[in-house]
Amino acid sequence: MSASKIVIDGISKGFGDLAVVDDVSFEVADGEFVAIVGPSGCGKSTMLNIIAGFEKADRGAILIDGKRRNGPNRNGIMISQHGSVFPWMTVLQNMMFALSATRHSNPVERAHRYIEMVGLAGFEQAYPHELSGGMLKRVEIARALVVKPEILYMDEPFSALDALMSLKMQTELRRILDEERHTVLLITHDVEEAIYLADRILVLSPRPTTIQTWFEVGMPHPRKLSDPRAQELREAILRELGL
Amino acid sequence: MGEALRTIDGKLARIVPPVLLIGSLIAVWWIVVANSESPIFPTPGQVATGAWALAEDGTLWQHIEASLFRVEMGFGVAFLVAVPLGLWMGWVTGAYYTLNPLFQMLRPISPIAWIPVAILWFGVGDFSPIFLIFISSVFPMMVQTTVGVRTIDRRYLRAAANFGVSRWVLFTRVVIPAVLPEIIVGMRIGLGVAWLVVVAAEMIALNTGLGYLIMDSRNAGNRYDLVIASMILIGVIGLLLDGATRLLEKLDMVKWRYVR
Repeated sequence: MSASKIVIDGISKGFGDLAVVDDVSFEVADGEFVAIVGPSGCGKSTMLNIIAGFEKADRGAILIDGKRRNGPNRNGIMISQHGSVFPWMTVLQNMMFALSATRHSNPVERAHRYIEMVGLAGFEQAYPHELSGGMLKRVEIARALVVKPEILYMDEPFSALDALMSLKMQTELRRILDEERHTVLLITHDVEEAIYLADRILVLSPRPTTIQTWFEVGMPHPRKLSDPRAQELREAILRELGL
Repeated sequence: MGEALRTIDGKLARIVPPVLLIGSLIAVWWIVVANSESPIFPTPGQVATGAWALAEDGTLWQHIEASLFRVEMGFGVAFLVAVPLGLWMGWVTGAYYTLNPLFQMLRPISPIAWIPVAILWFGVGDFSPIFLIFISSVFPMMVQTTVGVRTIDRRYLRAAANFGVSRWVLFTRVVIPAVLPEIIVGMRIGLGVAWLVVVAAEMIALNTGLGYLIMDSRNAGNRYDLVIASMILIGVIGLLLDGATRLLEKLDMVKWRYVR
């Protein structure tokens, strides 16, 4: 792996007297998939929002490709729990919206290719309220990938889905990531999801959040959670989380 | 087959009970008036006959047209003023802080209180009622639009920022569509108030309109059959106007707000 794609350099953030993120530093290599697990309410989302550029840190800096990040951009797309597919646009219109600020020679063809990639061919003209939760998540992923971001920020992307659909989407995401190499930062409270998907897992402490420890997963894909190594890792992470 | 039957059942369930209710109210009215032998208060039959006579000589349509014209003008101008102002106030915090106190102060003043001012400024022509309708429907639409902008879900604004779209695209394809359902609610409220006010305004002056018809019928020989006929017409037209505005809720672009 090459030089660090993302450098998080001592970021801190508080709301009034409440310290939420306390001096967090870590690096993510190009093409690496890093999962971040931590107790609920520990400031995970705040941290990711700072890294993605939606919120400002009180102290510290974010470097993307060695350049200081100021505000969000197309190079890193956020996929969050409740999703942000525009309900007043059809699937295709959502894709075209994402492409509207880019300069692709054939955006329509490109939009169709990504709709197909997530298995939604035939639903181009459907409105989000006509789709199931799982399908909506696919639209969200397709819309993120269509602009060719180098980084994906995922904030509990599948936690609003039922358990089966969530598993299915994890497998899908893994398949897509094998096709297109992305650097991914995933926030989750689902330890198994982290083990299934990530190269490295950071465990956060309760608020104010710091990095308590981290684990290298080091198993080839496709992974089986029944694998003894995965089970061992799961135990270790849960122990860190105090369970 | 079963599906079709159920749809028909659903429609019947929505039509039959209100028709029965209104029908029985008319029946009770008829029986009570017939038994009391009131010299002034009309039976439903007399109301229908009176209205029919006016419809036949064409004056009824003139009154309806006059009222509708004033509502169209007043409401139309109010819409054109309220929506851009509401969007601006919702989007620009400075505009909100500056203008909101003034509008919140003007809003609770009853349109009736404006009548003397309207007569002073615009005389007793069409302008006065149009002004009154404007003043009464502009605030609800503006407030609704402002609230709509200020309550746009942050995740949509963030997504737009994430994809790096221009401010123009952000405004036309995210902000306006997100607020559209609120604007339609504002239009329903505004149009309802406008129709309420046109009748009140016409009672004061002028010589056309349904409000004028009510006052004129009473003054010109206690024609209560025409008073009641006008009242019913006002109610029916109000219902139709609201129904027409509600059709906007069926647009594909705003349907998302009314499902789930």
